[in-house]
Amino acid sequence: MYTQALNSSDGEDRFVEDATRAAAFQARIDADERIEPNDWMPAAYRKTLTRQISQHAHSEIVGMLPEGNWITRAPSLRRKAALLAKVQDECGHGLYLYAAAETLGSSREELVDAMLSGKSRYSSIFNYPTLTWADIGAIGWLVDGAAIMNQIPLCRCSYGPYARAMIRVCKEESFHQRQGFEIMLTLARGTEEQKAMAQNALDRWWWPVLMMFGPPDQASQHSDTSTKWKIKRFSNDELRQKFVDATVPQAEFLGLTIPDPGMTQDAEGHWRYSEIDWTEFKQVLAGNGPCNRDRLAARRKAHEEGAWVREAAAAYAAKRESRRTAQAAE
Amino acid sequence: MATPNSPLWEVFIRSRNGLAHKHVGSLHAADATLALQAARDIYTRRGEGLSIWVVPSSAITASDPSEKGMMFEPAESKIYRHPTFYDVPEEVGHM
Repeated sequence: MYTQALNSSDGEDRFVEDATRAAAFQARIDADERIEPNDWMPAAYRKTLTRQISQHAHSEIVGMLPEGNWITRAPSLRRKAALLAKVQDECGHGLYLYAAAETLGSSREELVDAMLSGKSRYSSIFNYPTLTWADIGAIGWLVDGAAIMNQIPLCRCSYGPYARAMIRVCKEESFHQRQGFEIMLTLARGTEEQKAMAQNALDRWWWPVLMMFGPPDQASQHSDTSTKWKIKRFSNDELRQKFVDATVPQAEFLGLTIPDPGMTQDAEGHWRYSEIDWTEFKQVLAGNGPCNRDRLAARRKAHEEGAWVREAAAAYAAKRESRRTAQAAE
Repeated sequence: MATPNSPLWEVFIRSRNGLAHKHVGSLHAADATLALQAARDIYTRRGEGLSIWVVPSSAITASDPSEKGMMFEPAESKIYRHPTFYDVPEEVGHM
């Protein structure tokens, strides 16, 4: 659910390809047709989508870590059950997305290895720690809220399997945001200490969440082709603005203050936020965020410790298969 | 030991009694039993189904999209297969 910065990585390959096929492909896109796995597509389209969908999948999987941190310490059974269900959903979303990415020709193992080796990215938002219970509220409300802004237009993405995965994800995502908002509301209406905890979480998450939408439009190199191919339907800044406009009244309702004293409402009703600190964003992307090393280490540990399960399942399947073949031969 | 890439399965779910099983997605699993369990966890977390089929993806034979013109041409040109092809006077009423 977290597609931030996926249009800002390595340089673009320009392959000289059959001009007629490329033109026919673009005509299909322009006619709002969906592209399916076995259809002809430009190599750069395949590459862009493999990168975007797999990074989106990695983000879902890594996104389980900051929230999983609070499952055992959720303040009530109701909160615990909801958080557990949410983390399970994130895993499910990762799996739908890996399946969509694989239709472009990479194997699951290649995709997962690219994440574990650090070659492929995930959303930088998950490199921030969840220090208090209020952070679980802030993640649901803000991080999932931002993700929904990003994902709704992706339901109409030109690549069929990605669009279909996004439809499933979006249906499930709305519960995530509402459970987060409910946590924030409960804290905001609680004791002074609880309210301060909610405010503190908002203070820490606000700016990283705005960064989730990716670099400002002038600095984003991949948007043009992604727009032409109808992978991307809105620019980073457009989506960011939509998110801010939707969130400001929610924060007011909670009685919390957005940590941007310079924020003003313009004549058209848009909330204009202050300059974002892009050096922080670049630092986190470069691997120097508060939790980058922890997150990767946790994923690697889980992958390594699960190896025996994968091996046992494969060995059992092979044994059953060979028995079946032997019996058939008798 | 390097784990071999686990096979891919296509998942079909019957959402309600009386409806056909419909393709919902795919997943990786070592064997059919694990594929069914994974399908339940991945595709039916909110009561989406009454029944699940899992089919090895390798067992599916698909038509070639690049030949769809030729493949489906016979249907394209036979408009007399549709009821609207036939003129029935209005006086006859609904038919």
